[in-house]
Amino acid sequence: MEGKEIICVSCPKGCRITVQNRGEEIISITGNDCPRGIKYAEEEFVNSLRILPTTVKVIGGELPLVSVKTEKAIPKRLLLEAMVEIAEIEVKAPVKIGQIIKDDLMGTGVSLVATRNIKRADSNQHS
Amino acid sequence: MKLEYDLVIIGGGPAGLAVALEARRNTVKDILLLERDKYLGGILPQCIHNGFGVQYFKEELTGPEYAERFIDQLNHDNPNKVDIKTETMVIKITTNKGIIAINRDDGLLHIQAKAVVLAMGCRERTREAIAIPGDRPAGIFTAGTAQRYINIEGYIPGREVVVLGSGDIGMIMARRMTLEGARVKAVLEIMPFSTGLIRNKVQCLDDFNIPLKFNHTITRIEGEKRVERVTVAQVDKNLQAIPGTEEEISCDTILLSVGLIPENELTREAGIKLDPVTRGPIVNESRETEIEGIFACGNVLHVHDLADFVTEEGEIVGSAVSEYLKRNRKFRSQPIKIVPGDNIAYVVPQHIDFIVPGRKKIKIFMRVKKPAEKVSITFKDDKGDMLASYKKAIVTPGEMVSVYLPEVLLGDRSKNITVSIEEENKE
Repeated sequence: MEGKEIICVSCPKGCRITVQNRGEEIISITGNDCPRGIKYAEEEFVNSLRILPTTVKVIGGELPLVSVKTEKAIPKRLLLEAMVEIAEIEVKAPVKIGQIIKDDLMGTGVSLVATRNIKRADSNQHS
Repeated sequence: MKLEYDLVIIGGGPAGLAVALEARRNTVKDILLLERDKYLGGILPQCIHNGFGVQYFKEELTGPEYAERFIDQLNHDNPNKVDIKTETMVIKITTNKGIIAINRDDGLLHIQAKAVVLAMGCRERTREAIAIPGDRPAGIFTAGTAQRYINIEGYIPGREVVVLGSGDIGMIMARRMTLEGARVKAVLEIMPFSTGLIRNKVQCLDDFNIPLKFNHTITRIEGEKRVERVTVAQVDKNLQAIPGTEEEISCDTILLSVGLIPENELTREAGIKLDPVTRGPIVNESRETEIEGIFACGNVLHVHDLADFVTEEGEIVGSAVSEYLKRNRKFRSQPIKIVPGDNIAYVVPQHIDFIVPGRKKIKIFMRVKKPAEKVSITFKDDKGDMLASYKKAIVTPGEMVSVYLPEVLLGDRSKNITVSIEEENKE
């Protein structure tokens, strides 16, 4: 039998929860002070997912970068590799909030989307 | 240009935006929003991480997205236009609600308002504020400055990083720098607990195996031109370095996340009284300062953990301004002071001034001094009689606590209501 320790983030208490497992099968969950801990520990144990917020280079924009995020959470273990792939991307201004910057990031089926508007450098409009 | 307004809001961050929208919703017509930066949104555009809006929109957004929701409404939703002046710096406000501001297009502006809202936010404490001994090389940044370099301007401030302070911005920047290829060697926290949210500890530090050292601080910075190393030591109960525990960590960058200070220079100059703990103005339940018609909300009033709570406070002010302008208000015969008792660092509002027909309850915000579990938040009157008590599983200084105080409890008998944290199993 193996074990994994998970800190619950459902409330400020931060219970240290131990998940005992055999391979992918959960044998027991202990250390949680409330039922929310069980749900959280199960989800974290089965597949730890995170939204990845970062930036992408903009060509001809009034700012050099646009902030982006993965539209949905992706597996935690892919975060650093995804950063390498995202570092290669350039996007032309203007950029609209919600615009898809890259489809199917790392084969996850999740797209990378812009989280703000970036105007062209020559645009005179006020924000 | 128009120089007379019903409402002038100083600051276009989440607080100012919420005030503008809520005041307009409450039929305040003549509104001017002044912002010193080129864009609205305050600090939000550089907070590219997710976690915003969970309370307010019931969905998880990034900082720029959260800001855009409000900016978009301000620009489009309503024929009643709010005047916005960006790149405009307010240099003085007066007790009779005059505002002196400057910008490149208009030069010096003398604006007269019927109501003023202070929404200037806060700024970070620096190395100087905490007096770390040693050399004065390049490579020492506040976490927010580093955040702006990385997320807005596209520079990485360094490669080998030590973060001082486990506040949320410090932890978020530890992750951000790691993702951008830097190595974060440690996050040091002088207190025995984190002042940030538990979620940030897990998702920013634990996820990337970044060590968080409690009861530790930097005792010396060394480096000729650039930071080369820091000396780190464990501290005792009085936060003094324990001799013999020192260790050196080589690094080229130090990020400081050692607290935020409400930016109240304008407030102070106007002669408005500040609370020594919050470092923001003392306010009533309308978030009105001791000068009638001058209100304050957001981080200029007290430092909030979540932008969502700032929005909520901005909305309180937006509707209160409307009541003020309509001359609709009825004062109590005497204000009730809300006094911080055991393990309460501060409360907002600090006093309750009005009789409001139909009001059922008043939300009281507070921050505790130290973590405690299985507690009761108690409200007691002048005689020490219990008015109300609320159980709470856990309170920590990192998470603001709020409770509703029922209106019926206020009565007219008490001048003060003391709020305390009482631990149940206290021996």
